Amino acid sequence: MSELLVLIDHSEGKPRKVSLQLLNAARTVAEGIGADVAAVWLGTGGADNADVLGANGATKLYTWDSEDAHGYVTLPQVEALQQIIDNNDVAGLITSSSNHVKDVAARLAIRVDAGVITDATNLEIEDGKVVATKEVFGGDTITQCRVAEGKFPIWTIGANAFPVEESGGGAAEVVSIDVSLSEAAQKSKVTSVEIQSGGDRPDIGEAAIVVSGGRGLGDEEGFRLMEELADTLGAGVGASRAATDAGWYPHRFQIGQTGRTISPSLYIASGISGAIQHRAGMQTAQHIVAVNKDAEAPIFSIVDFGIVGDLYDVVPKLVEEIKSRKG
Amino acid sequence: MKVIVPVKRVPDTAGEKKIDPNDKTVDRDAGEAVLCPVNEFAIEEAVRLKENAGAEVKVLLMGPDNAQSIVRKALSYGLDEGLQITDDAIAGSDAIGTARVIAKALENEEFDLVIFGNQSTDARTCLVPAAVAEILGLPSLTYARKLEVDGDKVVVHREHEEGWDVVESTLPAVVSVVEAINEPRYPSFKGIMAAKSKPLNQKSLSDIGGDAGEVGFDNANAVLIEFAPRPPKEAGTIVEDDGSGAAASQLADWMEQKKFI
Ligand SMILES: Cc1cc2nc3c(=O)[nH]c(=O)nc-3n(C[C@H](O)[C@H](O)[C@H](O)COP(=O)(O)OP(=O)(O)OC[C@H]3O[C@@H](n4cnc5c(N)ncnc54)[C@H](O)[C@@H]3O)c2cc1C
Ligand SMILES: Nc1ncnc2c1ncn2[C@@H]1O[C@H](COP(=O)(O)O)[C@@H](O)[C@H]1O
Repeated sequence: MSELLVLIDHSEGKPRKVSLQLLNAARTVAEGIGADVAAVWLGTGGADNADVLGANGATKLYTWDSEDAHGYVTLPQVEALQQIIDNNDVAGLITSSSNHVKDVAARLAIRVDAGVITDATNLEIEDGKVVATKEVFGGDTITQCRVAEGKFPIWTIGANAFPVEESGGGAAEVVSIDVSLSEAAQKSKVTSVEIQSGGDRPDIGEAAIVVSGGRGLGDEEGFRLMEELADTLGAGVGASRAATDAGWYPHRFQIGQTGRTISPSLYIASGISGAIQHRAGMQTAQHIVAVNKDAEAPIFSIVDFGIVGDLYDVVPKLVEEIKSRKG
Repeated sequence: MKVIVPVKRVPDTAGEKKIDPNDKTVDRDAGEAVLCPVNEFAIEEAVRLKENAGAEVKVLLMGPDNAQSIVRKALSYGLDEGLQITDDAIAGSDAIGTARVIAKALENEEFDLVIFGNQSTDARTCLVPAAVAEILGLPSLTYARKLEVDGDKVVVHREHEEGWDVVESTLPAVVSVVEAINEPRYPSFKGIMAAKSKPLNQKSLSDIGGDAGEVGFDNANAVLIEFAPRPPKEAGTIVEDDGSGAAASQLADWMEQKKFI
């Protein structure tokens, strides 16, 4: 049987939540096209995760247990995937939509003559073919796309597009591979990795709840209030461009057209007007809440629950309410 | 040092975008077309390399004839020369097709560094820079929040979800930049006037040795089947706070009911 590959995004030896969501997405596709799901773990520690990956639907687990996988820019991962594709009957590849992974998809696409559909929000089988849903224009338009006949398909999927659902499968069969890197791959080296912790808060891409603040916070201190609210909910903290431009919060937390695109279950925006470029990053959230003192702010046109009021009156009260209800 | 900045013409995000109900394609004439705002950050880096390292900078655009104004706009920031690839055969290319054309054009050029935007504001695939690098056999140092050129070496801070990777490579190389990298200046009046007479070369696909069988709508590896506007969202509950923050308890009720608390 052919295999549908899922590239596992991992951190500190564990798969990220998005990877388990990808496995769930892959199961539907694999069933529809008559394939098995095979996970691919590039970097150290893969074999220790055969259980969890198996329980989420992978029957096989390719691992390349080497520091080199992330020691150079992009190409080690491309070469490992290419090797797996060349030596096995592979029907396609699913990856996350995180930035660095998209580069892997792009370079691999040239090597294996692939069609790439980025940021798919759904994958369905129609007449035995895979149809991807993809939102464009910042979520204003919804499209259906497919990969051209005869091309190797690659789909990248954003976090939270699919739920995590265990398949009840046993541990995945571990197949370890060894990749001898080309000279080209060793040309651009990762000399150091700068991790900027966001406290113990979840990554905004994966978090079920994201609390975010904009220019209406007035200053950098306002983000302490956002963090306080986030911490009562186990949420991540995001920001509008006005806030990141002002230097109140780092750019990598920016949500919108030129920042991150996220789909949490709940998005709480405080002091954010809801400009189209901001909506482009968050309007696929399942539930949207906004606090803004201007009743005419465009954000109110997409909220499930909105409060017209001063965030400095409302948010501290909300923190109290949540704390007391949680007991 | 020679630098090339590929720029894209995109519909203005703030403008209206329309779908033609007959053929379900985007009506490109509905809104105003602009220089992709993300490319302004790439242009700013190039201008700084001009100022600090005497770089010569060429703008490269693949797009229809009337995108010439976008090339001129890019030149108005003080860049030296424009190259536009225009051909009916290119229309409807997907990201991979676009990358093939851009790579082909670059094969005919001399350069040390190509500076892309990390994404275009309309397609937002982020695929083009790395795909171009792959075709040319060059390193792709993308998502730069910092870029330093030192002799024949380039050091890039590649932004990711948790911070950034510091990476280095020899030139020539392909980079893409994110908006955190700089604050683009506005074109000066002098720059706008000068842009009108800067050399701007237009070439067809065959001029650059491209293969019409690899690009354009008919050869796209990713195919669009259907378009539909997002269904409108049902109006939500909106409450007004009286200045005491009391509305927060209604919100907390709602959150409890939705099981967020
Ligand atoms: C190319 C391009 C890309 C862009 N990309 C992004 C992007 O990725 N992400 C993004 O967010 N933006 C982006 N923008 C910017 C976007 O157009 C807006 O300028 C930005 O989103 C505004 O941020 P804001 O809502 O925080 O600020 P504003 O629009 O200034 O809104 C502040 C809001 O706070 C409210 N307010 C003020 N004080 C209080 C208070 N005490 N209590 C309650 N409410 C209060 C005000 O009523 C107002 O509605 C982009 C723009 C361009 C041109
Ligand atoms: N038609 C084009 N002409 C020139 N450059 C382009 C074109 N399309 C995309 N690019 C470049 O590729 C980058 C990434 O775009 P994308 O992969 O479409 O998200 C853009 O910021 C541009 O620098």
